[in-house]
Amino acid sequence: MKGQYLPLNMVSPGRKVKLVAVRGGQGIRRRLNDMGLSIGAEFRIIHSHFFGPCIIAVDNTRLILGRGMSHKILVEDTS
Amino acid sequence: MQKKLTIALAGNPNSGKTTVFNNLTGARQHVGNYPGVTVEKKEGTLKYKDYSINIVDLPGTYSLTAYSIDEIVTRNFVIEEKPDVVIDVIDTSNLERNLYLATQFMELGVPLILALNMSDVAKKQGTKIDKNRLAELLDVPIVSTVATKKIGMKELLDEIVSLVEARTEPEKTIVHYGKEIREELKKLEEILKKDKPLGEKYPLRWLAVKLLETDEEIIKKIEESSFSEEILSAVEKSTAHLKSIFNDEPDAIIADRRYGFISGACSEAVSRNYETRHTSSDRIDKVLVNRILGLPIFLGLMWLVFRFTFKASEPLMGWIESAQEWLGNMFGGFLPDGSAIRSLVVDGIIGGVGSVLIFVPIIFLLFLAMAVLEDSGYMARAAFIMDRLMHKIGLHGRSFIPMLLGFGCNLPAIMATRTIEDRKDRLVTILVNPFISCGARLPVYTLFIGAFFAERIAGNVLFSLYILGMIVAIVMAKIFRRFLFKGPASPFVMELPPYRIPTVKGLFIHMWERGVVYLKKAGTVIFVGCVLIWFLSNFPWQPQYSKDYNTLIEQAQENEGLVSKLENEKAFEKMEKSYAGRLGRIISPVFKPLGFDDWKTSVGLIGGFIAKEVVVGTLGTLHSVGEADEESKTLRQALQNQKRSDGSRMYNPLVAYSFMVFVLLYMPCVAVIAVIKRETNSWRWPIFTAVYTTAVAWIVAFLIYQGGMLLGFGG
Repeated sequence: MKGQYLPLNMVSPGRKVKLVAVRGGQGIRRRLNDMGLSIGAEFRIIHSHFFGPCIIAVDNTRLILGRGMSHKILVEDTS
Repeated sequence: MQKKLTIALAGNPNSGKTTVFNNLTGARQHVGNYPGVTVEKKEGTLKYKDYSINIVDLPGTYSLTAYSIDEIVTRNFVIEEKPDVVIDVIDTSNLERNLYLATQFMELGVPLILALNMSDVAKKQGTKIDKNRLAELLDVPIVSTVATKKIGMKELLDEIVSLVEARTEPEKTIVHYGKEIREELKKLEEILKKDKPLGEKYPLRWLAVKLLETDEEIIKKIEESSFSEEILSAVEKSTAHLKSIFNDEPDAIIADRRYGFISGACSEAVSRNYETRHTSSDRIDKVLVNRILGLPIFLGLMWLVFRFTFKASEPLMGWIESAQEWLGNMFGGFLPDGSAIRSLVVDGIIGGVGSVLIFVPIIFLLFLAMAVLEDSGYMARAAFIMDRLMHKIGLHGRSFIPMLLGFGCNLPAIMATRTIEDRKDRLVTILVNPFISCGARLPVYTLFIGAFFAERIAGNVLFSLYILGMIVAIVMAKIFRRFLFKGPASPFVMELPPYRIPTVKGLFIHMWERGVVYLKKAGTVIFVGCVLIWFLSNFPWQPQYSKDYNTLIEQAQENEGLVSKLENEKAFEKMEKSYAGRLGRIISPVFKPLGFDDWKTSVGLIGGFIAKEVVVGTLGTLHSVGEADEESKTLRQALQNQKRSDGSRMYNPLVAYSFMVFVLLYMPCVAVIAVIKRETNSWRWPIFTAVYTTAVAWIVAFLIYQGGMLLGFGG
C-alpha cells in the first residue's frame, strides 16, 4: 500500500507514514504543529481504529489523536 | 541584605518540570491561583548564595501561541511579571520537539536557561549531545540535569546566579524566517513603533510575528490600540502577500522555519542512534489499551480505586465522627444550656460543618488513588480508552475521568476537570457532573427504598437511580453541546507518557495540593451555608408554642416516655414555626404535581442543600423521631403512616421514587456550588447550575410521577 494517501485512522498499526495534509481549521493545524506534527513529519502508527482514537510514535513520544482528529489527518504510507 | 529573584519554570508536559520544581523548593511551596484564571499557581522559595529565589512553576505547555488557558498564563507571566530568569525544562530524549517552546522564549528575548533534563535516558538511548556547541548555536546557557536523581540542581542555580550577575541584554530573535517574512516583519514593526506604550510592554518583533501567526489574544490587544486600523490592514496585506508567495498560511511557514532552525542546530551538536524509551511501555500498552481488554481492565482498575477509597476511609470517617461528637460535648458542656449560642456552635457549626468534613478522608484518598493512576501514566490511557464513547456525546476522552470521580463525590470530580484544555468541554463536563449520583445521596435512597419497596427489588430500584443520573448527564451534555456551547468537539491531541513508578513524595504532594484546596475554599462557604440553614431552622428562637412544654415536661419528670414524647413535640412545633418551616409550607405546593407536597419534605430538601444526606436528618427531626438515620425504623414507619389532610397516605412507592429522583437531580450541595464558583471564577455558572439542575429534577420527577399515575402505579 506504499505511496497511498489515507486518513490516519485507516492505516494499520506498525506502518510508517508521512503527514501529507490536515483537513481542518487553523486551530487544529497549529495544535499539531506545536506538538511537532507539521506537514512532512514522519511517524509510526502504534494503535489505530476506524471509529476511534489513534496512538502514534513521533521520535520518542507517543501521541494520542482523538477520534475527531485522526480522520482529519491525511498520511502517506512510507513503510 | 538578600537579593530577591523571581525564576519562572517552564517546559512541555512530561518533561520532568514538576520534579525539578520539587527538588529545588522541597517543602517550601504553596499553591495559589493566577489572577483572573483558575489555573493553579505553584510557587516555592529557596535561598542560594546571596539570593532569596522565588520559583514559579508555570503550567506545562507546547508553545506560547494563545491556545489554551495554560499557554496564555505562561505567556502573560513571562511578559508581564518579567521574571529574572526563565528555565525551560527540556525532555532530552525528545529534544527537537521540546526546543520548539525554547525558540519562542528566545524570540521573546527573555533571559533563558535550558535544562536538558532526563539526560541519562538520552545517553542510554545513544544520543550524544555536544552541550557547549548546542549552547553556542542557540546562544543560551545549557545545564544537563537528571531531576529524578537530583543531578544538576546546583549547576542550575549557579547558572541562574551567573546569568543574573552578567546582566547582558539577551540577544533577540535568532530564528531566521527568511527574506520574505523578514521584510514583512520589518514593515509591521515600523507601524507598531507608533504605539509607544505597546512597544514598552512587548518586543516589537515578537508582536509582529504573533500578528502574522494570527494570534487571537494579540489581535485583541491591538484592537485596543489607537493605531489598530493601520496595523491590522498592514497585517492583512502582509498575510496575503506571503500566502501568494508560499501558497500556505504564514503561521505554518513560521512554524516550519522554527523547526528548521532547531534541526539545523541539532544536526550539528547532536548525534544519535535511535532506541526508544518506550519499548517496555509499548509492551505494557499492547495489553492495557488493547481493543478488547482495554475497557474491562480500565473498569476493573476503577472498581479497585473506589473499593480502596471507601474501605480505607471508613475508619478515618469514624474518627472524624468521634472528634465531632467530642467537640460538640465539650462546647456543649460550657456553653449555657438551651441558649442560642450553644445551638449555633453545637448544631449549626460543629454539626453542619462536620457533616461535610466527614468526606475529607474520602476526598484525600480518592486523590491519592488518582495520583497513582496519573503519575504512573495510566490516566492518559484511560482518556484514550474512553475517547470513542465520549465522542458520541460531543465530549472527548479527558471528560470521562471527572464523570467517574463523581460517583464518590462531585467535588473532587469537578476539580479534576482542570486537565481539560478546551473551555467549552470543561464547562459542559462541570455542568453535568452533579447528576452523577454521589455517596451523600445514598442515605436518602436507603431510607426511602427500605420504607416503600419490597426487599427483592430494592437493589434494582437503587441501580435504576444511578443509571438515571448517568442518562440525564449524557442527555444534558448533548443538549449543552448542541445549543449552549456550539461548535465541533475540540481537537484532542495528548501526549502518552511512558509508564513510570510514582514517587511517594510526588503522590503526597499531588494529594495534598488538591485536598487542601477543598478544605480551605469550600470550607468557608460551607461554614456560611451551615450557619444560614441553622438560623432558618432555629429562629424565631422562642416561638409562641401551643402548649407550655416546659411546665409539662417538668411535671412529667417521673415518666421518661412522656418526657421524650413532649420534647419531640416541642421540637416539631419549633421547626414548624421556624423560618424554614414557613418556607417549607410556602414552597410545598410546587411539589404537588410530583406527589410529595408535604412541608416537612420541603424543609428536608432545603436542608439537602447543605449536603444531601442532611435530608434524612431533617426528616427525622420533623417527624419527631429524635435522632434519625437511614436505618431508623420509626422514621420509616412515620413516613409510611404519614397522611394528607384528606386522610389518604402521603407516600407510596411511586411518590417515594419521584422523591428520590428529585433528590438525585436537584441542585447540588453548597460545597459543589462553591467549587463550581471557584473553578469557573464567576457566579454565573454556579447559579446557573443550581437553577437548571432543579428545573431538570422537577421535570423528570414530574414525568415519572404523572406517567406512573397514568399507568396506574399510584395506588
